Amino acid sequence: MNFLGLALSLIFVLIPIVLSRTLNLGLERDTIIATVRSIIQLLAVGYILTFVFGSDNYIYIILMIALMIVAATQNARKKGATIQGITWKLIGTFIFVEILTQAILLGFHIIPATAQYIIPISGMVVGNSMVLSILFLNRFTAEVETRQDETELILSLGGTPKQAVQTSLITSIKASLIPTIESQKTIGLVQLPGMMSGQIIAGADPVQAVQFQLLILFLLLTTAAVTSIMLGFLSYPTLFNKQMQMLKIREDS
Amino acid sequence: MTTSNNESALQFKHVIYSDGATPIINNVTGFFPKGKITTLVGPSGAGKTTLFRLCNGLISPDSGEIIVDGKDINEYEPTELRRTVGLALQSATMLSGSVYKNLSMPLTLKGEILSEEKAINLLIDVGLGSEYLQKNVKDLSGGQRQKVSIARTLVNKPKILLLDEITSSLDRVSQQDIEELIKRINNRSEVTIIWITHNLQQAVSIGDYTWVMMSGKLIESGESSLLNNPQNKSVKRFVQGEIE
Repeated sequence: MNFLGLALSLIFVLIPIVLSRTLNLGLERDTIIATVRSIIQLLAVGYILTFVFGSDNYIYIILMIALMIVAATQNARKKGATIQGITWKLIGTFIFVEILTQAILLGFHIIPATAQYIIPISGMVVGNSMVLSILFLNRFTAEVETRQDETELILSLGGTPKQAVQTSLITSIKASLIPTIESQKTIGLVQLPGMMSGQIIAGADPVQAVQFQLLILFLLLTTAAVTSIMLGFLSYPTLFNKQMQMLKIREDS
Repeated sequence: MTTSNNESALQFKHVIYSDGATPIINNVTGFFPKGKITTLVGPSGAGKTTLFRLCNGLISPDSGEIIVDGKDINEYEPTELRRTVGLALQSATMLSGSVYKNLSMPLTLKGEILSEEKAINLLIDVGLGSEYLQKNVKDLSGGQRQKVSIARTLVNKPKILLLDEITSSLDRVSQQDIEELIKRINNRSEVTIIWITHNLQQAVSIGDYTWVMMSGKLIESGESSLLNNPQNKSVKRFVQGEIE
């Protein structure tokens, strides 16, 4: 696709703007901002990736992944503002998930150790981990708040903090994992996954594209499970003090 | 009454607790006699429920000492303290599921199992039959929930039982039922009972001893008959219904 084709694709941005205007949805400004941002961000990433792939230096790969983790943390931390030290808990989780998945991929030579593979897959892992964190934190803070009576009941009967928040923790972990598992059940039947579609459009062998897509799907299952479980177990202790008393939920969310 | 501090189940020494800048418990010193029923009365916002939360270790005082069964609460493991000082609330919060699940919870938390036989005995003890064991708590009336809540607290065999307005939302019959139950528990096992109530008649008829609290302070304490002839002016006004 050339730049003329890209320019013409803006018709797809014009349609929602016209609709929003006609129906008074008030989404024109956000749509324009989103469009401009996506053009700048993706073009910048395109040029940066060209440079990184050409340079063949691991420092640039690490820098790219660090940048992804910082951006993902910045985005997800707002949802967990009520949990003390959420920034570091998120960074720790993203780093752990990234190291775990890359160790398996590179250790078993599933992918070659080149920037061309490591960076896009890292992007998918960290991006998915971010979405899972947001889903988990949203649900967990809501569960803890609505189940305060139950939590205090278990504490008052001699339960530990872990026992007191177990229901909230399990419910939130399950709720955040369900979309990943459910979407895998219907994959290929309703829509072709984005990465696979991209490869096919670019001329790759469809079977090869499917193999890669399956790898990503399995990878995202681990990413989802490890992210929400790790974040859950890092987060719940901050809701209590040493005397096993429930701390007041901070209201600066 | 001749009860001395040596015979106290629970003792407060200059206890202060604040929520931010607002003092909720304001320099309370006093004791609850061992093996007796003490009724705790006072207008709304007097700090009665906060006092219970301090006893059960759900919150800690800013300063002062709380002695439970001769030992400072700081010397207890939090879980041990909460098993020693049982708490039953007006809300009678239930865990979703069966009555059996609720009754066995205190032992489940310790990694133990409550036998069905013991659970049935507990139910009979609180005036409910064995047919309630597998009932869903959603199908219980207010009075039945309250009985299950008390039975659940008793599973831990507490030395002190704190009851927070447990009959205030119940009809007269259920209320009398619970009063009888508490008297029975107290007579049989000599559990020290502290009962927050807004019903002054109940406070006199049930209580051996009474505490009157106002604005976070212990204003008067002694035999429950004190409510028939209070010495303190504020208490007099409270008893006459001028302060709510």
